[in-house]
Amino acid sequence: MQDERGQTDVMREVFGQPVAHIRELGIRIEARLPRGVVMRLPYREELVGNPDSGVLHGGAVTTLVDSASGFAAMAALPEPGPVATLDLRIDYLRPAVAGEDLLVRADCYRLTKRIAFVRAEAYQRSPEDPVAAAMGTFMITGTVMTKDTVMTKDTVMTTGTAPGRPDDGAAPPKAGRAEEGGA
Amino acid sequence: MSILETIVEARRRGDFDILTEAIPYARYLGITAAMTDDRLISSLAYSPRNLGNPALPALHGGVVGAFLELAATFELLWHLECLTIPKTVNVSIDYLRPAGPATSHARGIITRYGRRVVNVRVAAWQEDEARPIAQGHAHFLIVPPD
Repeated sequence: MQDERGQTDVMREVFGQPVAHIRELGIRIEARLPRGVVMRLPYREELVGNPDSGVLHGGAVTTLVDSASGFAAMAALPEPGPVATLDLRIDYLRPAVAGEDLLVRADCYRLTKRIAFVRAEAYQRSPEDPVAAAMGTFMITGTVMTKDTVMTKDTVMTTGTAPGRPDDGAAPPKAGRAEEGGA
Repeated sequence: MSILETIVEARRRGDFDILTEAIPYARYLGITAAMTDDRLISSLAYSPRNLGNPALPALHGGVVGAFLELAATFELLWHLECLTIPKTVNVSIDYLRPAGPATSHARGIITRYGRRVVNVRVAAWQEDEARPIAQGHAHFLIVPPD
């Protein structure tokens, strides 16, 4: 089944083990791009925000945007590795059409040592007619997976696009992080 | 019951359960809302299927973003006499800490409302409100009452 194969590809290429929410939603890779990816979220009634219109909730768009943008950031690294979402901004340009799948094309247009900058558009029938436009930044979290797990380049990557800094300790001052961006 | 009727009924009863139940996506993620000390607090029950990072583990950033957007929407529905679910114009989310395997809470604050567009700030936390996992702001288009 194409559906299953798509999901498996996501897991194998990015996460190394199943990522529950991506599998739950049936998100799959539609196409790989030189600096990014196209991902598809199949339409499901459970993801509807307004039952009178049947249109997907904006949060479902956010999830697909975050998944695709995070993937684009990870794939852009010289050696694909984990990233954490720092921020995401989404403009909803027009309502999605009820009953139709959602696609997101994410493009990692700038990569620094610590930060990946990603643009994304969500669409249904045509990328020329987007439903939403998004900008996100991702911190390249390096090899440290958790407080007690260290990943080397030989280890299977196990982290996804979940938010926040994995070291969740004393956060560096904001100015320091901005400098890390080096943009 | 249409969504409008549900909104009116939820406000009349002071009970958001019928509204969160009526929104499929809120139900799917496990989001509820209730008044606590005169504040409308939204809650996201922990579920392993909402994980985006199996290593930490942490909730998927999209789930956290969706939670913020829904919490902001509920605040609007509570305080404004909206005739339907407000349309989101845009959302901006800062992710501050990993959202661990625990119940999350969120609260929206209406920053400004005009006749057509409303600005809402919203923050989410887990154990400690002073240590938010994420915060954001959003613009919504509202349909004013006649």
